[in-house]
Amino acid sequence: MTDMPPDFARKVDIRLTVNGETVEARVDAGRHLVDFLRLDLGLTGAHAGCEHGVCGACTLKVDGDIVRGCLVLAAQLDGAEVWTVEGLTDSGALADLQDAFVARNALQCGFCTPGMLVAAADLLADGGVPSRAEIREHISGNYCRCTGYEAIVDAIETVARARAGTEAAA
Amino acid sequence: MSIDFGNPDRPNSYIGRTVPRPNARRLVEGRGRYVDDIVLPRMLHVAFVRSPHAHARILSIDTEAARAVPGVRRIFTGAELAAHCTPWVAVLAHLKGLKSAPQHAIAVDRATWTGEAVAAVVADSRAAAEDGAALVEVGYEPLAVVTDMRTALDPDTPLIHPELGDNLTFRRLHEQGDVEAAFAGAHKVVSASFKTGRHTGVCVEPRSILADYNRAEDQLTVYHSTQAPHMMQTVIAKHLDLPEGRVRVVCGDVGGSYGIKVHVYPDEMATVAISKVMGRPVKFIADRLESFATDIHARDHEIDGRIAVDADGRILAIDIDDYTGIGPYSVYPRTSAIEGNQVVNLCGGPYHFAHYRARTTVVLQNKTPTCQYRAVGHPIAAAVTEGLVDFAAEALGLDPAEMRRRNLIADDAYPYTSPANMRFEGLSHQASLAKLLEMMDYDGLRAEQARLRAQGIHRGIGLASFIELTNPSPFMYGIGGARISAQDGCTVRMDPDGSVVALSGVTEQGQGTEAMLAQVVAEAVGVPVTRVRVITGDTQVTPYGGGTWASRGAGIGGEAALQAGLALKDSILTVAGAMLQCPPDSLDVVEGTVIDRAGGEARMPLEELGRIVYFRGDTLPKGLPRELVQTRHFITSDYPFAFTNGVQASYLEVDVETGFVRLLKHWCVEDCGRVINPQLVDEQIRGGIVQGLGGALYEECLYDADGQLLNANMADYLVPMAAEMPDMAIGHIETPTRESLLGAKGAGEAGTAGAPAAVMNAINDALRPFGGRVTEMPFTPARILAALGVVGKA
Repeated sequence: MTDMPPDFARKVDIRLTVNGETVEARVDAGRHLVDFLRLDLGLTGAHAGCEHGVCGACTLKVDGDIVRGCLVLAAQLDGAEVWTVEGLTDSGALADLQDAFVARNALQCGFCTPGMLVAAADLLADGGVPSRAEIREHISGNYCRCTGYEAIVDAIETVARARAGTEAAA
Repeated sequence: MSIDFGNPDRPNSYIGRTVPRPNARRLVEGRGRYVDDIVLPRMLHVAFVRSPHAHARILSIDTEAARAVPGVRRIFTGAELAAHCTPWVAVLAHLKGLKSAPQHAIAVDRATWTGEAVAAVVADSRAAAEDGAALVEVGYEPLAVVTDMRTALDPDTPLIHPELGDNLTFRRLHEQGDVEAAFAGAHKVVSASFKTGRHTGVCVEPRSILADYNRAEDQLTVYHSTQAPHMMQTVIAKHLDLPEGRVRVVCGDVGGSYGIKVHVYPDEMATVAISKVMGRPVKFIADRLESFATDIHARDHEIDGRIAVDADGRILAIDIDDYTGIGPYSVYPRTSAIEGNQVVNLCGGPYHFAHYRARTTVVLQNKTPTCQYRAVGHPIAAAVTEGLVDFAAEALGLDPAEMRRRNLIADDAYPYTSPANMRFEGLSHQASLAKLLEMMDYDGLRAEQARLRAQGIHRGIGLASFIELTNPSPFMYGIGGARISAQDGCTVRMDPDGSVVALSGVTEQGQGTEAMLAQVVAEAVGVPVTRVRVITGDTQVTPYGGGTWASRGAGIGGEAALQAGLALKDSILTVAGAMLQCPPDSLDVVEGTVIDRAGGEARMPLEELGRIVYFRGDTLPKGLPRELVQTRHFITSDYPFAFTNGVQASYLEVDVETGFVRLLKHWCVEDCGRVINPQLVDEQIRGGIVQGLGGALYEECLYDADGQLLNANMADYLVPMAAEMPDMAIGHIETPTRESLLGAKGAGEAGTAGAPAAVMNAINDALRPFGGRVTEMPFTPARILAALGVVGKA
């Protein structure tokens, strides 16, 4: 190993799609996904709150699942499809949730909100109208220190009912 | 000029209405701009080497290995930085006897708590700075550690700062009436000891600062996650020896603060000083471990209390002895004595009684410094007072609601001066209690509780009345010598297109300050709320002010905005009168149009007035005042503080097998005076309640006897999460303050103030059949099982 240039061990080439766009990058082996998005791509919507997977502020969508951006390494993501709150906003995937969050004031400082929205969207992707207890359970990996959670639960419940109503009508 | 806010059909009626927050859309789209989102050219990052000892002499600092790390640019010790940043001593002249020691940006020869910075490593990236910090070798000589507040003053306890003579920071004894005689003649005397856990704020956005010193201009710009940008401007200028006008503090989006971000932190001062020394932008974002170890803590109190009552259940006297430990330094510039002082001021606050004695003893310890956190002293005072009131009711065989009805200050008793010498302008305790009992169907709930108890299900109902201190005058800090503005200002400007810009010294922390200000200005000027743009958080632009703390945004900042808006409307009407050839007072502005006051006919849109003033001023009479910008400042004058009041109730179930508490429902009725935006006020109260519930059930900074913080991460320091929290019903009584036209008092502390007391009383209500009680927060399963006698004392 001593002959190898130090960069070989530390840098990894990856090619992935972020918010629908192809990204090629050479990243430090230890670079976390949330740092890759924020520092390398300038996508600052996902936030680093605790850096050990507890607070949920960095919740992102990778290959259809929600993950903690602070626990996933960018180097693991060759070929992956990543969506951040910016891309999900542009695609309209979060539009009704975002409207409901604004209308219900389901955010105060807004720091947890991108992660909260991604987590909420994941719950609602399963369809149906979850109970308030199920909503609370699903977002119980996402810290919010401002709102008291009730407004967030209200907003998610409102969207679930609206979507179910739309589906029933369709 | 007076506004009848009670009439919902008045023109431009935004005050009292739920209007969406203008900044919420940006935040839900992930387009907020927090300090860590800002990247400047040639920006450096700093990581701090922190003491692993709670108390140790620094013998040596070897930086050689750290300097060799790629990307590391420079390393600073405390001694080096002391040449660029003077130390501070956090005392206030009006808190007699308060003392503390000089504190440096980086410890110079001694570390006094686990986590205190002892060196700073500056590098091209945070990762490189951390790599470097890990290689700095510090030689320590561990010193004896002071951790127990109760023994901190014992003669054989070592002194943290020998030059102070003892470990006492502050002591205050307040006595009113004849307490001993009242206790001696009482029908019943009930006593209890209380503990409140050491908490910290756990803002999801950690403390964040980016300092950018430009040598060519001798200009320092600091992007800071703070609640008080002007205070920081003043402090930074003073300690870095810069003219105040050369320091600009910008505070954009702030990811939670709750009082945590209203203090001067040594590592943040170090970051600014390093930027000045190096002439480059330097960023410091605390990581989560640093947040737990260095964000201020609060609420670390032990209190012995007793209450005397007569045979009718009337409170005769309250006697409180409060102890608290604040860490090794009083925190600058607000001082760490305020919390204990507040306990003295607030205990017994809702009740009518004559004899009161309260003492607070504030001592030094080798733990993280404590200081003001949301609802400073309130939850402690409320828990002690409401706990004693409930225990007295129990001793008398009185229902807790009836006990309160008999003792709460009457709603027609105001103005009223409490035995703690607090002056209340107008409160509504009795009406609030009545509304709360109706909202929760108190009698129905009692019946349900009795029915379930017979089935072995143990539910409790807890009530807690409280007072809340808001809108502080200079009597809070200014008279003590701290340069913390109690006054705030607002500049309101009309632009050529008829839109309005408002610049305010109060800041947006997520509670909706900007929405509130937009509503007030829209109504005052007479424009649609969507045409008002609010600018906050930039000391170079906004009027000098206090920022956001002690729930002063609406009451102080809102009134300044109202007055400035009304003044701008007068200016607009002066111009309009000249243009329309009629007396200005025959005109009004409604929804962006100048109208005839009498008939309501539209005379001219503001866009037209703006066009003439800005582009065809030649057509206006010579000498006509035409300044479409007005600034007003506001400060309260008749009362040192605007007190608000409220009452909360908790309904919960205790699992007597496991000691777990399940919160079922929570109620709060609160009187913050004029409600400007009902939704924002309700959500402030809900958020506050949940912070109080955290203190009641989960949150506690745990230390071992060596001063090591044992749970300095989010996995081990528990905070409320969605699944454990109940739904909360919020009600209001409105008693506007007569100090201002707007009439708004604060609402930010109310939820946190009363929630722990309500939960404590509810748990003890549930435990009553078993004869056990809890008074030590947080009420963990172990403590509840100990109260039940199932296990030994935790």
